[in-house]
Amino acid sequence: MESYAQLVPLMILIPAVGAIINFFWGAKLGEALSSRVAIVASALTFVIALLLFAFLNGSHGQPVIVNPPLLDGWIRIGESVEIPWQMRVDTLSVTMMLFVSFVGTMIHVYASGYMHGDSRFPRFFAYLNMFLAFMFILVTGNNFLMMFVGWEGVGVCSFLLIGFWFDKPGGVGWKNSNAAKKAMIANRVGDFGMLMGIFLMFWTFGTLDYYRPGEIANVHFLEETVHEAHEAESHEAEDAIGGAESEADGHEDAAPAEDEHGSLMLTSLRAQEHSEEAIAAEGEDDHADEEHGSSHWPPEYTNNDHIATENLGVFGQAERMLEEGVEVDFGPFSLPIETVIVLITLFLLLGATGKSAQIPLFVWLPDAMAGPTPVSALIHAATMVTAGVYMMVRSNVLYVNADVTSFIVTIIGAATAIMAGYIALGQWDIKRVLAYSTISQLGFMVAAVGVGAFGAAMFHMVTHAFFKALLFLGSGSVIHGVEHGHHHVSHHGHGDHHDDHDHHEEEFDPQDMRNMGGLRRNMPITYLTYLIGTLALAGIIPFAGFWSKDEILADSWLAGLFGQSALQQVGGYIALGVLLVAAAFTAFYMWRQMELVFYGKARTEAAEHAPESVPSMTIPLIILGFFSIFIGFINTPKGFLGLENIFGAGNLIHFIEWSVANVHPYMPQGGVFNPLIAIIALTLGVGAIFLARSIYGNGKAVTSNGRDPLAARPTTGAVWNLANARLYWDEIYFRFIENPYNRAGAFLADQLDWNFWHDFVHNSVLTRGFNALGNFLSSPVDLGIIDGAVNGVGRLVRWFSGRLRLVQTGYVRMYAITVLVGVVFVIVIIILPLIQAG
Amino acid sequence: MEASALSLITVVLFLPLIGMFVLLFMKDERVENIKWTALGFSLATFVASLVLWAGFDNSNPDLQMVQRLNWLPQYNISYYVGIDGLSLLLVILTTFIMPLAILSSFRAHVIEERGRAKLYFMFMLLLEWAMLGVFVAQDLFLFYIFWEVTLVPMYFLIGIWGAEQRVYAAVKFFLYTMAGSILMLLAILFLGNAAGTFAVPDIIASIKSGELVLPFNGLLNPDSVQSFLFLGFFIAFAIKVPIWPLHSWLPDAHVQAPTAGSVILAGVLLKMGTYGLVRFNLPLFPEASVAWAPYVAALAVIGILYGAWVSYAQKDVKKLVAYSSVSHLGFVVLGIFALNAQGIEGGILQMVNHGISTGGLFLLVGMLYERRHTKALDAFGGIWKVMPLYGGISLIVVLSSMGLPGLNGFVGEFTILLGSMGSHVLGFFFTLFATLGVILAAVYMLYMFQKVYMGDVDKEENRNLPQLHWQEIAVLVPILIAIILIGLQPAPFFSTMNSTVNELVEDVQVYIPGQADTVVFEQPADAASVVLNSGE
Repeated sequence: MESYAQLVPLMILIPAVGAIINFFWGAKLGEALSSRVAIVASALTFVIALLLFAFLNGSHGQPVIVNPPLLDGWIRIGESVEIPWQMRVDTLSVTMMLFVSFVGTMIHVYASGYMHGDSRFPRFFAYLNMFLAFMFILVTGNNFLMMFVGWEGVGVCSFLLIGFWFDKPGGVGWKNSNAAKKAMIANRVGDFGMLMGIFLMFWTFGTLDYYRPGEIANVHFLEETVHEAHEAESHEAEDAIGGAESEADGHEDAAPAEDEHGSLMLTSLRAQEHSEEAIAAEGEDDHADEEHGSSHWPPEYTNNDHIATENLGVFGQAERMLEEGVEVDFGPFSLPIETVIVLITLFLLLGATGKSAQIPLFVWLPDAMAGPTPVSALIHAATMVTAGVYMMVRSNVLYVNADVTSFIVTIIGAATAIMAGYIALGQWDIKRVLAYSTISQLGFMVAAVGVGAFGAAMFHMVTHAFFKALLFLGSGSVIHGVEHGHHHVSHHGHGDHHDDHDHHEEEFDPQDMRNMGGLRRNMPITYLTYLIGTLALAGIIPFAGFWSKDEILADSWLAGLFGQSALQQVGGYIALGVLLVAAAFTAFYMWRQMELVFYGKARTEAAEHAPESVPSMTIPLIILGFFSIFIGFINTPKGFLGLENIFGAGNLIHFIEWSVANVHPYMPQGGVFNPLIAIIALTLGVGAIFLARSIYGNGKAVTSNGRDPLAARPTTGAVWNLANARLYWDEIYFRFIENPYNRAGAFLADQLDWNFWHDFVHNSVLTRGFNALGNFLSSPVDLGIIDGAVNGVGRLVRWFSGRLRLVQTGYVRMYAITVLVGVVFVIVIIILPLIQAG
Repeated sequence: MEASALSLITVVLFLPLIGMFVLLFMKDERVENIKWTALGFSLATFVASLVLWAGFDNSNPDLQMVQRLNWLPQYNISYYVGIDGLSLLLVILTTFIMPLAILSSFRAHVIEERGRAKLYFMFMLLLEWAMLGVFVAQDLFLFYIFWEVTLVPMYFLIGIWGAEQRVYAAVKFFLYTMAGSILMLLAILFLGNAAGTFAVPDIIASIKSGELVLPFNGLLNPDSVQSFLFLGFFIAFAIKVPIWPLHSWLPDAHVQAPTAGSVILAGVLLKMGTYGLVRFNLPLFPEASVAWAPYVAALAVIGILYGAWVSYAQKDVKKLVAYSSVSHLGFVVLGIFALNAQGIEGGILQMVNHGISTGGLFLLVGMLYERRHTKALDAFGGIWKVMPLYGGISLIVVLSSMGLPGLNGFVGEFTILLGSMGSHVLGFFFTLFATLGVILAAVYMLYMFQKVYMGDVDKEENRNLPQLHWQEIAVLVPILIAIILIGLQPAPFFSTMNSTVNELVEDVQVYIPGQADTVVFEQPADAASVVLNSGE
C-alpha cells in the first residue's frame, strides 16, 4: 500500500506528457486521437487519485511525503535556504485530487464534442492537460512555494484558455485577449500578496514546508483517537467478560471513534499494540503487522513534542511560537508572533481574493467567460478558482490564530457572496449568470473559512465542483444548441449563407438568454440535468448543495454562539445572516435562468430549432447530474433522520480531519444537523423559487420590448438596473486605477523620461554645457589640439558622422583598421609577458 | 599555481581573439566561411568554458585556475586572471550568448545591405574576448583595459550596422560610459597607489589585515576616502547597469543597435556593471557599501517601478524591452545591496537569467524586424496565428521575463526579494515596494504580448510572414532549454557561488551595526530567541 503513495508524481507527469504529445503531434493525430490522448491522461490521474485514496484509507490518514525522482531539490542556497520539490499525499490533497481529476475527466470528454471542428482542437486539449498538471502541482506540493508554482501555472493556463479564441474577427478576438490579460493581471495582484506572505513566513519560520516528515498535522485528533482506542480496549475486555451493554455504550457515544475511519483506526492500533507486546507472536499477529506494514502512524508518538521546533514545518512552528510568545525581529521593527501571523494571513488572503475571485479582485472572473465553455466549467468554476480556498484551508493553523484576519475573511466572503448574487439577478448572458454565481459560491466558502468552518468550506468546494461544472456544461450545451439552431435557420432563410455567416454571428448572440426560451422540449437531457444542477445550487433538499450550504450556515451559527472572542462571534452571526440572504438570491437568479432558458415559448427561431447535443456532451451531463444529487451524502450531518446509519456521519470531514487540524474549531457540535437553520434556509430557497416563478413564469420571462419584468416595474427598476450594470465595478476600476495608470505611464515615458530627461537634460543642457566649457577652455588658450579634443559633443557628433560618412565611401576600412591596429597593440602588450614567461 | 602553466582561463579568454585573427586573414568575399568560422570559435569557447565549469571546485571560496604574470612590474601591474563563484556563471553566460548572437546574425539583412561581414564578425569575437576579460581579470588595471576595450567593437556594431540614428546612439553610448569610467580610473589609480598593487585579492587581503586603511567617515564627509572610492566605482558601474536615473543612453543604444548588438548589450554588457558592484564595491569598500546600501537600494526600487511603468507606455517593441531591463536590473542591484547570501546569490543568478530572457526577447524582436522592417507595436497584431511556433516560443520567453515560477526568472527574483526581506540593511518596506514590480512586470509584458501576438490579423502585411527558419529555431532552442533548466533546477547554479558569496557576506556583514557576531542567517537553536536581525 505504501508504494501507492509513490505514484503521486505521475499525477503531474501523465497530464504533462499528454500535453506534450498534443503540442507537438496533435495536428498529425487528428481530432479523435488527440482528444483520446488527453482524456486517457486525465482519466489515469483519476485512477491514481483513487489508489492514493485507497492507500490513505488503509493507513488511516497517515500522510506520506514523496520526493519526486530525477529532481535534486529546488531552491537551495547553502545552509540558509532549502525549498525542495516535495509532494505531500495526505487526506486534504487527495480530496482535491479526487474531485479535480474526476470533474476534469468529465469535462475532457465533454470538450471532445464541444470543440469539434475547431481549428486549434489539439492545442485546446494540450492546454487542458497542462492545466491539470499545474493544478496537481498546486495541491500536492508540500511547501508554499510549490503551491505557488501550481498557482501561477494554472493562472497561465487560464490566460491561454480565456484567450483561446484570440484571433476571432471583428474585435471579438481582441476582447477575448483583453479578458485573458485582465485575469492574469488581477491574479498577479494577488500573487504580490502571496509572495509577501511567503517572504514573511520564511523569515519567521526558516522554512516554507507545511509539515516535515514524521510530523503530525492534527495532534488532537490523533491523541483523541488513541484515547478512544484505549477505551475501546477496555470495552473489548468487558466484551470478553460478557457485557452485552457495550453495544449500547457505543451507540450513546457520538465520538469520532464511532465512524468508519475511527473504527478502522482502532483495529490498526490494536494490531500494533499486540505486535509490540509479544515479540514472539503467533502467525496471525505477524500477518496483521505485515498487512499494515509501515502505514501505521508511528506507534511511539501521538504528538510532535519529540521534534525540535526548528525541525517542524510552518504550522508546527507557528503553534509553538504562539505558546512561547516569541517576538520576531524584522530589521526596522520587531513584532510579536501574533501580529506576524496576522500580517502573513492578510497577505495570503490577498492572494486568495485574486485566485478565488473575491472582493476586490473578482472582476476578472466574469470576463473570463470569453473562454470556451468547458474551460469555464473546469477552470473558472470547479477547480482553479477554489485554489484560494484550498490555500486557506491548508493554512488553517495560521488563520485560527489570527482573529482579525479571520474576521476580515468572513466579511470579504459574505460581502462577495451577496454582492455577486445580487449582480447575477440582472444578467442576460447565460454564462455571466453562472460566473457571478461562482463568485457568490466562492464567497460562501471564503466566509466559511472566516468563521473557522474549514471542513464545511471543503465540503462545499467538492459539491460545488460537481453541480457548477454541470451547470456550465449544460449552458455550453444550450449555447451549442442555439448556435446550431441559428445556423439551421440561416441555411434555410438565405441562399448564400456563407457570406451571411459572419454578418449574422455579429448580430446574433447565442449566449443571450433573451434569444432562448422553451428549450426543454428539444433538449430534454440538457434540461433535466440543468434542473438538477439548479436545485443543487439553490440548496434544495436532498440535492448536494443543500448539505454543504447547510453545514456552512450551521457552523456559522455555532461560531456565533461559541466563538472564543467577540470578533469570532460577530463574524459568525454576520456570516449566517448575510449568507442566508445570498442563498435566497441564489435560488432566485437560478430559477429566473430556468424560466428564461427552458420554460415558456421559444423567443427566436434559433431556439425553436435548437437540437439536443451529441452523446459525448450529454453523457458527462448525466454523470455529473447523478453526482449533483448524491455527492452530498459523503458528508451527511449527525442527527438527520438516521441518515448517518446509512451513509455514516461527516465522512468527508473526518477524512480531511487527519490533515486539517481545525475542521470546526469553535463549534463543539460541528457537523450536527441544525433543523432550525435548515428550515429557514429551505424556506428562503423554495420561497425565492416561487417568487421567481411568479415573476418570470408563464411566458412573462421577457417583456414585449425585450426587458426584464423587474426592470419594467417602477418599484424594482432601479434595483435591477444597478445589478445589470454590475454595480459599476469595471467602470470604477477603469476610472480610478487603469486610466490613471495609463496616463501617468504616458506622462512618465513621454514627458519626464524622454522630453525632459533624455532630450532636454542630456541633449541640451549637458551637451551645451560641455560645448560652452570646451569653448571657454579652447578660445583663450587657443590650442588646436585642445580645441579638437574638447570641443564638445556637438562637434564630436559631427566628427563621428563625418567618419561614418566615410563608411559609405569605403574609407571606413582604413578607419576600422586603424582602430584594430590600436587594439592589436594593446593585445600585444597583454600577450607579451605571456610569451616571455613561456 | 605555477606561473608558467597555461591556465584554462587564458585558453577560454584568448580563443575568441585567435578567432578574430583567423578571420583577419580570410578573404572578404567568402562570407559563408567567415560566418561559420566565427561561430566555430565562439562554440569552441563555449565548450572550453564548460570544461572550466567541470573543473571548478564549488567548495573553494577563493580564486581558482589562477594565472598571474608580471606585465608592467614597475607599476605593480600584472596579468592576473582567475575565476571564483562570482565570475564563473558570468563567463558561462558570455560564452553561451555569443554563439547565439553570431548565429542570429547569419541572416541579418543589415549585413547584406551594408556589407563588411568580415569586420562585423571580427568585432563580435573581439567583443567576446573583452567581455570575458572583464569577468576574469583580477588586476584592477587589467580589468580597466578590458572594460574600455568592450566599448570599441560595440561602438562600431551600433555605429555601422545600427538603425537610422545609429551614429548618435553610438556616440552617446561611448561618451556616457567613458564619463563614468574616468571616475573609476581615478579611483583605481588612487587605490593601486595606496596599496602598492593592483591585484584585487592582494588589496582585499591588506584591507582585512589592517595594512591598508581606507578611512570611512560617513557618506559624503570629505575625510571619507572609502566613500569617494566607492562612488568612483559605483558611478561607472551604475551607468553601465544602468541604475536609475543614469539610464538615458540605454534606449538609444538598444533601439539603434542591430539585433545581435542588443542581445549582447542586454545579455552581457549590462552585467559588467552589476558584476563590478559585487566584485569590487562590496569587498573593497565594505563599510561604505553598508552605509550606502539603503540609498543604492532605494534607487534600485525606484528603477524597478519606474522602468516597468515607462516600459508600459512605449510604442516601440525594442524600446519596451530596453526599459524593462532598467526594471529587471533594479532587482539585481537590490539583491546585491541586501548584503546577504540570498540577495547576492539571487542577484548573480538573476544576471544570468536576465541575459537569457531579455537576450531571448531581443532575438525574438529581431526576427520580427527581419520580416517586417518595423518595430512599432501598432504594426503587429495576431502574429501568434500567423506564426504559431514563433508565438509559442515568445510566450515562454515572455513568461520567463515576467518571473513565472518554474521558469528561470522567478528563481532569481524570488531569492532576491527573499534576501531583501531578511536583509539587515533593507527589510520590509524595500521588499514591499520591490515586490510591486512583479505586478507591473505582468502589466507591460502582457500588454506587449497582446499587442503583438494576439487579436485578429488586421494588417495585410502580417498575413503571410514566413515561418521560422531552422537557424532561427537553433538560436531559440538553447534559450528555451536554459529557461526551463534553471527554472526547475537552480541548485547547481547556486552551489557554484555559495562558498565565495558566503565569504564575501561575512566580510561585509561585520560592518553592519550590531552584526559583528551573527554572520549569515542561521536557524536559531531554540524558538524563544528567534531573531532575524539580532540587535540585542
